[in-house]
Amino acid sequence: MSRVNRTSAGGRVDRQKILNFTFNGVRYTGIQGDTLASALLANGVYLVGRSFKYHRPRGIVAAGAEEPGAMVQLEEGAETQPNIRATQIELYEGLKASSVNVWPSVDFDISAVNGLFAKIMTAGFYNKTFMWPKSFWMKFYEPVIRRAAGWGRAPEERDPDLYDHRHIHADVVVVGAGPAGLMAALEAARAGARVLVVDEQSEPGGRLLSEKRVIDDLPSEEWIASIVEELDSLDEVTILSRTVLFGYYDQNYLCAVEHRTDHLPLANRSGQARQRTWHIRAKEVILATGAHERPLVFADNDRPGIMLAGSVQSYVNRYGVLPGKQMVLFTNNDGAYEAALDMKAGGAAIKVIVDVRKEPGSVADEAEAAGIEVLKGYAITATRGRKRISSVEVRTVQKGARQYTSAGRWIECDLLAMSGGWSPVVHLFSQSQGKLAFNEEKSCYLPDKSVQKQRVAGSAGGEFSLAACLNDGVFAGRAAAKEAGFLFKTPPLEPVVEAPDPGLPEPFWIVPGSVPVGEGSAKHFVDLQNDTTAADIALATREGFESSEHVKRYTLTGFGTDQGKTSNINALGILSGLLDKPMTDIGTTTFRPPYTPVSFGALAGRNLGRWSDPVRVTSIHDWHVDNGALFENVGQWHRPWYYPKEEETMQQSLNRECLSVRKGVGVLDASTLGKIDIKGPDAAEFLNRMYTNAWAKLGVGRVRYGLMCHEDGMVFDDGTTARLAEDHFLMTTTTGNAAQVLDWLEDYLQTEWPDLKVYCTSVTEQWATVSIAGPKARKLLGKLAPDMDLSPEAFPFMSFQEGTVAGMEARIFRISFTGELSFEINVPWHAGHALWDAVMEAGAEYNITPYGTESMHILRAEKGFIIVGQETDGTTTPQDLGMDWIISKKKPDYIGKRSWSREDTSSSDRKQLVGLLTENKDEVLPEGAQLVFDRYAPVPMPMVGHVTSSYYSAALGRSIALALVKGGQAKEGEVIFAPLEGKTVRAKITGPVFYDKEGEKLDGEV
Amino acid sequence: MLLIKCPWCGERPETEFHYGGEAHIERPENPEALSDEEWANFLFMRSNVKGLFRERWHHSNGCRRWFNVLRNTVSHDILAVYRMGEKPPVIEPAEENR
Amino acid sequence: MARYSIYSIARNALKHHKDWPRQWRSPEPKPDYDVIIVGGGGHGLSTAYYLAKEHGITNVAVLEKGWLGGGNTARNTTIVRSNYLWDESAGIYEKSLKLWEGLSQDINYNVMLSQRGVLNLAHNLGDVREGQRRVNANRLNGVDAEWLDADGVKEFCPIINTSKKARHPVLGATLQRRGGVARHDSVAWGYARAADERGVDIIQNCEVTGIRRDEGKVTGVETTRGFIGAKKVALVTAGHSSVLAAMADVRLPVESHPLQALVSEPIKPVIDCVVMSGAVHVYVSQSDKGELVMGAGIDSFNSYGQRGSFHVIEHQLGACLELFPIFSRVRMMRSWGGIVDTCPDASPIISKTPVNGLYINGGWGTGGFKATPGSGWCFAHTVAKDEPHPLNAPFSLDRFTSGALVDEHGAAAVAH
Repeated sequence: MSRVNRTSAGGRVDRQKILNFTFNGVRYTGIQGDTLASALLANGVYLVGRSFKYHRPRGIVAAGAEEPGAMVQLEEGAETQPNIRATQIELYEGLKASSVNVWPSVDFDISAVNGLFAKIMTAGFYNKTFMWPKSFWMKFYEPVIRRAAGWGRAPEERDPDLYDHRHIHADVVVVGAGPAGLMAALEAARAGARVLVVDEQSEPGGRLLSEKRVIDDLPSEEWIASIVEELDSLDEVTILSRTVLFGYYDQNYLCAVEHRTDHLPLANRSGQARQRTWHIRAKEVILATGAHERPLVFADNDRPGIMLAGSVQSYVNRYGVLPGKQMVLFTNNDGAYEAALDMKAGGAAIKVIVDVRKEPGSVADEAEAAGIEVLKGYAITATRGRKRISSVEVRTVQKGARQYTSAGRWIECDLLAMSGGWSPVVHLFSQSQGKLAFNEEKSCYLPDKSVQKQRVAGSAGGEFSLAACLNDGVFAGRAAAKEAGFLFKTPPLEPVVEAPDPGLPEPFWIVPGSVPVGEGSAKHFVDLQNDTTAADIALATREGFESSEHVKRYTLTGFGTDQGKTSNINALGILSGLLDKPMTDIGTTTFRPPYTPVSFGALAGRNLGRWSDPVRVTSIHDWHVDNGALFENVGQWHRPWYYPKEEETMQQSLNRECLSVRKGVGVLDASTLGKIDIKGPDAAEFLNRMYTNAWAKLGVGRVRYGLMCHEDGMVFDDGTTARLAEDHFLMTTTTGNAAQVLDWLEDYLQTEWPDLKVYCTSVTEQWATVSIAGPKARKLLGKLAPDMDLSPEAFPFMSFQEGTVAGMEARIFRISFTGELSFEINVPWHAGHALWDAVMEAGAEYNITPYGTESMHILRAEKGFIIVGQETDGTTTPQDLGMDWIISKKKPDYIGKRSWSREDTSSSDRKQLVGLLTENKDEVLPEGAQLVFDRYAPVPMPMVGHVTSSYYSAALGRSIALALVKGGQAKEGEVIFAPLEGKTVRAKITGPVFYDKEGEKLDGEV
Repeated sequence: MLLIKCPWCGERPETEFHYGGEAHIERPENPEALSDEEWANFLFMRSNVKGLFRERWHHSNGCRRWFNVLRNTVSHDILAVYRMGEKPPVIEPAEENR
Repeated sequence: MARYSIYSIARNALKHHKDWPRQWRSPEPKPDYDVIIVGGGGHGLSTAYYLAKEHGITNVAVLEKGWLGGGNTARNTTIVRSNYLWDESAGIYEKSLKLWEGLSQDINYNVMLSQRGVLNLAHNLGDVREGQRRVNANRLNGVDAEWLDADGVKEFCPIINTSKKARHPVLGATLQRRGGVARHDSVAWGYARAADERGVDIIQNCEVTGIRRDEGKVTGVETTRGFIGAKKVALVTAGHSSVLAAMADVRLPVESHPLQALVSEPIKPVIDCVVMSGAVHVYVSQSDKGELVMGAGIDSFNSYGQRGSFHVIEHQLGACLELFPIFSRVRMMRSWGGIVDTCPDASPIISKTPVNGLYINGGWGTGGFKATPGSGWCFAHTVAKDEPHPLNAPFSLDRFTSGALVDEHGAAAVAH
């Protein structure tokens, strides 16, 4: 089909640039400057989709963001996008689109059978049925409902496109580049302000692009160009076109999404982000967001070919398309007459203008003078036409009547343009927490009380004439710039314009037909997307849903992808009539971000994959990778988990690693442990208050293990701390908790005890730590540090020395998390890899074996050492862990102490740390297994604890486990059960130390 | 995203900070002297004000300083920031009800 | 009151639906009541219903400052499950789930409970350990629970990215098949209608401004519609628990935070279960209309503003795309915030208070919706008998003094 509805000239389109596209598998052509909607209309395609509930035929209603129905599935495969409004898709070469939620096709949609049940499918009907028999809901009803749900389809493949984020600060942000916005931007820019103009359309101009106007003696297109030219010439001005300002948050923080490639042919898109989210901080904001036209609500007002009058005007003036040849206009205001005149000028026949008012303004005379019949005090009471409107019925308005009994007259047409007046786009204002008020005179909600540094200009503020919009923009731009601190050197702009006054609409919320609304088969649609009718709203009020929020929710009005841009106001108007309350008492609903939908991709930006969360690795990481380590995520760190050799099972690897530590020497990259440098005259006193044990008497060069609790007495972190000097300590923390511990220390230092002279510095990434453990550790270190005396007497357990290791200045801590002789060698971070290499080389003769976190866990469990977060879960006290020895009885006060004397915390029946030995020594209990004393108790079984750690111990030749068990410390030797899926495992309670209970191994081979 | 004026670094986005909850809850001098009820009051009970609220923030991804903020918990307006140890500024009722 | 059924709908259709009665009356407040429930959300309305149904107490008013179900009932992501770790929590949430399972029939109102299964993903070895611990505890508590490995997750929900190379790979998940979602608004409306039918007065646009006491005992409430006397007053005002309690000089261990949620545009069904991930902060399901319904963690700061910070939403969508890369071109349609009252142990308060005749139910944090039936059932018992039911006794206020917290933060998730 050729472009049957294209006008001969004019508009913002380039008739020389022909674009091929496909809709529902049929090939069409459009021209550069078209939207998909204008191109479809140009080709005579009126039926675009089907409605949600009844699957009634639907066409294009509007020309912009307010479009309620014409959504398509855009493109195919990985690039497909669901639910894109045809009115917002700029046509490009090769575009492919199809109707959504239709089967098998939009022309013949099987679900249209729903229309037969329309009388049953009223608002809230699903609350009242589908309940019997009970099991049918999940088995039958819900699956059917779900299958019917949704519009388009999500892609099935990964998104090939990239998205990014940018941040910008501006003195004045102008939202909307229509006449008011352009004036505001120019004034603020001339004052020297940094101005950001954000506009959703492909080019600036806003509503002016759709109307034939002359401003300052220039046709509007040229006038727009002149303003934009000046703005472009100013360094501090940025104009973002194709950019939707979708969210307005507290403190003038705004978010916008820029569509950077969506208007380009697919082949031309690579190399740049498809969409960009802008995060904007503004000193001042000017909302020049314009207005949306309202539909009128009358019988069967949903047929393809029923459109908003202003949108019809857009199609004929901006896109050079006649959406119909035989037009009827239905209006309650003067402004809409221009659509008829413009269509007539474009070549369409105007069959009749139906005006609900008995006394319209002088435009009616002009229309009549142009030979158009104007029916005053008439309304449309019925329509016909299955897939496109074919005729309308008009009757005289009978004010207040439930049904119009006057004589009906049918008029043939192929286009019905309607206008119920205009609603200011107050979405962003409302999002910014501004309060709205209904203006009776203008019959619309207007911005009332503003709470941010902002102003509203143009029709968004209720100024509907062009002259007023321009002046409003001038005023707003100057005021905003002044507030932002800029002085004016130029006098205010005084644009001169001649434009008709659109006047004010006469509110007319619902037009009955020959039978009352809700009776008969006609439907008076309020929300075209969700198929909400006036009768549904009436039903809601009848059933007691009177709050506007209740009505919305019960009828689903405004819950579609258009978020009620055209429907909310009519719903409220109808509600006002039903409740016989003025609009001012009805209240509006809150507008929520986003203004129009925003892709998840744009919101996520580049924060995906490895950028979703920083990966931290040690300076020895490459060695681990090169030597086949498998890794474990520990907080943000990647730590070697274990180092499998070929043909080894995981358990075999662990056995090998653990035995090497027990019998020879193993090496662990311990660089990830948190390290905090604590310095100052009061450092020891500070540690005294933060840790549960005593620190004052710790000698210089000595190391002590410490446990940290929160004020509630529960264990929070642990680690060793060394006294480097009288006033200088080095604290270690668990890997995952390092940042929290530092915050915690700073909290107390800065807020509770500012009198303490102590400074804390994170040095986690200043020191790489190589831990060697095993009986041969001393021999190994001796090779690397020949100058040091490593004998147990000179370098005892829990002490620290500085020395030279492999030629590097090092701090060496003799501590042990394995029970074996162990040295933790710390060198500057960058030297970590060199130290590791030196250790591996020197250790070769001892068959040194690198081990990972899993073996570390086994080795420490054999010794009954806890891991915070594994043996503890935020509900565990030191006493529960059997660590009374680390609790100072002498210190008068420290964090955690007071809470232990509370009733529950001091109970002897708390869950306490014990060891478990399974009856079958090869059976390894699963971690997380729950424990019971009575294996035959019925469900719910009384549980007495759970397994916190469980491993096979190669050193002991059997399984071992740690567990928290109610009153467990007094139950050593008793039998306990772990009821698992399919079997119950029997175990004996023991102490938590399994290996070398006497600590004879600590000194290793001397 | 709140814009918070760190007393040392100036205005920075909320993501640089960690929240520290209600301000001016002083740790008791001698916890052992308190009853369990009094201790629970310190540990857990909070004023949770609707309106003008004195709270703590930590510039954890900046200067690492803790400081106090006077913020309206309904409007999110920040009326003042002040350093630890400083007295909260007196706010006129009219401003408080903004 | 008309019983709802397909027959009643058909019958009414013939009469153009003109004869449907109000779902609940809109009565003027009486001078006094046996019980006043402050807060007309799901929990308040279910409390009223069970007071009438289980305890025969019908001289009851529910006072709502705005519109019924307009608080967190209208703002949550509708997830229903009972797979909590501790016995105390499992007890009350499982009671709730059992009530959910017969609720539509009980109140003759389809609340559209969809037991499509809830996955809680594990992304590191600590998560795995805690997930398995929870599955074991659930099983022995009689709560259905399964552990799925990564392949099992892929099979149950094929669109989840289970690549081992993911930044936070999926290592497994707990699955509660009886978990799912329900229609939030319907729960409030259904309970309102059922309570009204039993004589409860539901009074909207009536804000409580004071709680009158005499010698340590409650005598009634001051409201924007005047004083209303009551022998007992039950506060169920999620999002304003502290504000109401303060009217009776009761301090709570509660802080109020924004919790944000969002929905996508409706798309054809792609995800047939609920997926939650604590580690990457996102949870996702798909509504019966086709919208992806998503939530995340709470905003850090105290707020009564019913809105949070945008970076939380962006972070949440990043997490979502990590798990579901195919959602990248799907679009966010609406986002909103609610106020959640959080307790230090992430467990609720259903309790008597130091004031005679004053009861409180709150502090549900992010998890209140799923508890709606059980919470009301227990609270009704507490109010009627002036003592907690064994199911909610562990959730009394005195736990903050004794230290017997029910810490549901899960594992501290600390790694060594």
